[in-house]
Amino acid sequence: MDVIQMQRTWVEYTKSLYREGFLDSQFAQLQLLQDESNPDFVVEVVSLFFEDSERLLNELTKVIDQQQGVDFKKVDAHVHQLKGSSSSIGAQRVKNACVAFRSFCDEQNIEGSLRCLHQVKQEYFLVKNKLENLFSLERKIVAAGGSVPTEELNFL
Amino acid sequence: MESCNCIEPQLPPDELLSKYQYISDFFIALAYFSIPLELIYFVKKSAVFPYRWVLVQFGAFIVLCGATHLINLWTFTIHSRNVAIVMTTAKILTAVVSCATALMLVHIIPDLLSVKTRELFLKNKAAELDREMGLIRTQEETGRHVRMLTHEIRSTLDRHTILKTTLVELGRTLSLEECALWMPTRTGLELQLAYTLRQQNPVGYTVPIHLPVINQVFSSNRAVKISPNSPVARLRPLAGKYPGEVVAVRVPLLHLSNFQINDWPELSTKRYALMVLMLPSDSARQWHTYELELVEVVADQVAVALSHAAILEESMRARDLLMEQNVALDLARREAETAIRARNDFLAVMNHEMRTPMHAIIALSSLLQETELTPEQRLMVETILKSSNLLATLINDVLDLSRLEDGSLQLDLGSFNLAAVFREVINLIRPIASVKKLLVTLHLAPDLPEYAIGDENRLMQTLLNVVGNAVKFSKEGSISITAFVAKAESLRDPRAPDFFPVPSDNHFYLRVQVKDTGSGINPQDYPKLFTKFAQSQSLATKNSGGSGLGLAICKRFVHLMDGHIWLESEGLGKGCTAIFMVKLGIAECCTESKLPAATKAGMNHARTDFPGLKVIVMDDNGVSRMVTKGLLVHLGCDVTGVSSGDECLRLISQDHHVLFIDVCMHDGYEVARRVHEKLTKRHERPLTVALTANSDKATKDQCRRVGMNGVVLKPVSIDKMRSVLSDLLEHRILL
Repeated sequence: MDVIQMQRTWVEYTKSLYREGFLDSQFAQLQLLQDESNPDFVVEVVSLFFEDSERLLNELTKVIDQQQGVDFKKVDAHVHQLKGSSSSIGAQRVKNACVAFRSFCDEQNIEGSLRCLHQVKQEYFLVKNKLENLFSLERKIVAAGGSVPTEELNFL
Repeated sequence: MESCNCIEPQLPPDELLSKYQYISDFFIALAYFSIPLELIYFVKKSAVFPYRWVLVQFGAFIVLCGATHLINLWTFTIHSRNVAIVMTTAKILTAVVSCATALMLVHIIPDLLSVKTRELFLKNKAAELDREMGLIRTQEETGRHVRMLTHEIRSTLDRHTILKTTLVELGRTLSLEECALWMPTRTGLELQLAYTLRQQNPVGYTVPIHLPVINQVFSSNRAVKISPNSPVARLRPLAGKYPGEVVAVRVPLLHLSNFQINDWPELSTKRYALMVLMLPSDSARQWHTYELELVEVVADQVAVALSHAAILEESMRARDLLMEQNVALDLARREAETAIRARNDFLAVMNHEMRTPMHAIIALSSLLQETELTPEQRLMVETILKSSNLLATLINDVLDLSRLEDGSLQLDLGSFNLAAVFREVINLIRPIASVKKLLVTLHLAPDLPEYAIGDENRLMQTLLNVVGNAVKFSKEGSISITAFVAKAESLRDPRAPDFFPVPSDNHFYLRVQVKDTGSGINPQDYPKLFTKFAQSQSLATKNSGGSGLGLAICKRFVHLMDGHIWLESEGLGKGCTAIFMVKLGIAECCTESKLPAATKAGMNHARTDFPGLKVIVMDDNGVSRMVTKGLLVHLGCDVTGVSSGDECLRLISQDHHVLFIDVCMHDGYEVARRVHEKLTKRHERPLTVALTANSDKATKDQCRRVGMNGVVLKPVSIDKMRSVLSDLLEHRILL
């Protein structure tokens, strides 16, 4: 595949991510922050997000699976963190799932919380997959000597 | 004559006389001897008699006298010389003693006399004391009766019981035949028989109040004797021939209002009741003074007791009323709170959940528009876009209005280019206007400042609304928009008498007039123009895509900006002019330039925005922190990231210019406060800005309270961050 093809694919893929709501304008902002002096900003932030989220999700699973009563305060705190991180990088669907999760936490509804946790995990893995695809595409473009065409994302 | 011892004295011829003398002397001697015995007996018995010595003397005198007479017996016959000597001695002694006694008697007779007078005096005194005792006893009795009566009267707060008890007790104490109480009627012109002692159910008998006898009683505070034939006293058929004496006394009916501080009840006009007391008929009893006093005292006590009862009734009534009102208010408050809570919950949901899908729809529809579409598809997409725009506007309008009504809406003040606002509005309206073939002209006065301080978005919204209305309601012709600085004279408008604009050095009043040649306004509709949701009939038939909220919202925005908005029209079909005036601040320095929305071209120059600005970012979420840090680095700042309050307080110093704090952290506000405490001088202290995910009033208030300089909504875009930093550095405040 040549560079232009790859670049077009990248643009289409990114647009689709936005369209399908995986990412929102915040992610675009992150992409804007990336420049020559900070070429891997987005990848770094997203990697940090992955680490953080996986840790939080494990914690959440542990806390909710408790037999002797769920500590909703802790759950809420973790979900809050996850919501914060996901909204910082623009992982919209994850963030929305977190919002729903928080409302169940307020009601102290274990059933609902469990459902939401699954939802959040699902969304998280989806977006992780998508982003990893995106990054590998970017790596390929750079390896092929091209540059990632972020200027073409001008509809937001 | 000398008598010799040898010659026997011859019995004188009057022997009989001598014999009688002899016998008399004997008896005298006897008597004389027995009296001392009696005296001794007397002295023995009377220990209190003060003149014992006199008695003894007297006794001696009598004894000696007796002795003399006794010895005399022997002198009737021839007697020896011894007898004569004894006789003489006795006589001498007697003489001495009797003289002594006589002298003594002279001394003691005045004493004895005074004893007598003293005795008389004491007797009189005793009689007097007796009398006084009698009086005191009666007074005591009276006092006791009064106390008992008072006690009875005061032991209840029920008016009826008080009065009944008074009559009963008085009747009992004074043994009255009849006792009655006359109360003034509501009109105050008559006295009505209210209570009587003997008759169980008074007939409801009335008597006019201005009778002379009644006036006489009312004019004095003493009990007054009245004639048994007066109308107030003729209560029952005469039991006997001679009716008993009747006394009447006034009972003041006191009201709360009678008690002025400097004006005792005597001076104010008031109502009296009349108490009439009748002694039993056919008895010789008369009214004694103490009985009258008793009656007066009782009347006063009754007055006081009645007023107490009245006050108590009043206060109980008031208290019940207050309780009812309290309960009702509480209920209303709770209902209002529930309603507000429900409304807030609803708004919170709307705010987030409804806007997101709306934006998604709008964004995606616009995206779709840019792809290759068939004409029908394009039409469809355009319709979708229009409808969703409308819906988005509607949602925003409703949300804005609720917040406006709440009073929770606050203007986002900032510096902006005034002319740009107008140009933007014209650009937005031009497509629609051109479709309708309306000519749109803009005229900005030359003295209009280039930059102003105010809420740019809301001003634009207002302007857009007004101009949009002008376009909407004009089928043809032109729309002309003029804007100029309002001068002092033109500031007052006859249609807005409450509007008192006060120009000052830092502010000016912007006056905007939008004139259209459209359908005009019916004068009848004028009051409803600015009412929410109200649209006049003729307009509703057209495709007026609004909710009727537009002008209402504009009005509120304009009021928030200390201004006024009104419409003028000469009638239907004669066009309409919308005029509004708002207060804007004059921008001090005009270096503030509105940055173009798309800054992607300027990406590489962004590094020079804020060179060397030392910033600390405090956020416990690693990803957030990294993003914010990246943002600030991109803008050229020298950023340090910290993840805890302690670390932040350790690192913060006066060299740092700005501190961003994620206030969702548990110690976010605390850190802000401690920073202020640590670095107290304003020019040394770094500016503190809160980063938060919710922008509600409570958060803003809390930030203001701890002294933060600004609040920023997460997540932050580059432009937003840039404008935040510029505003902050220029004005030192964002809130």
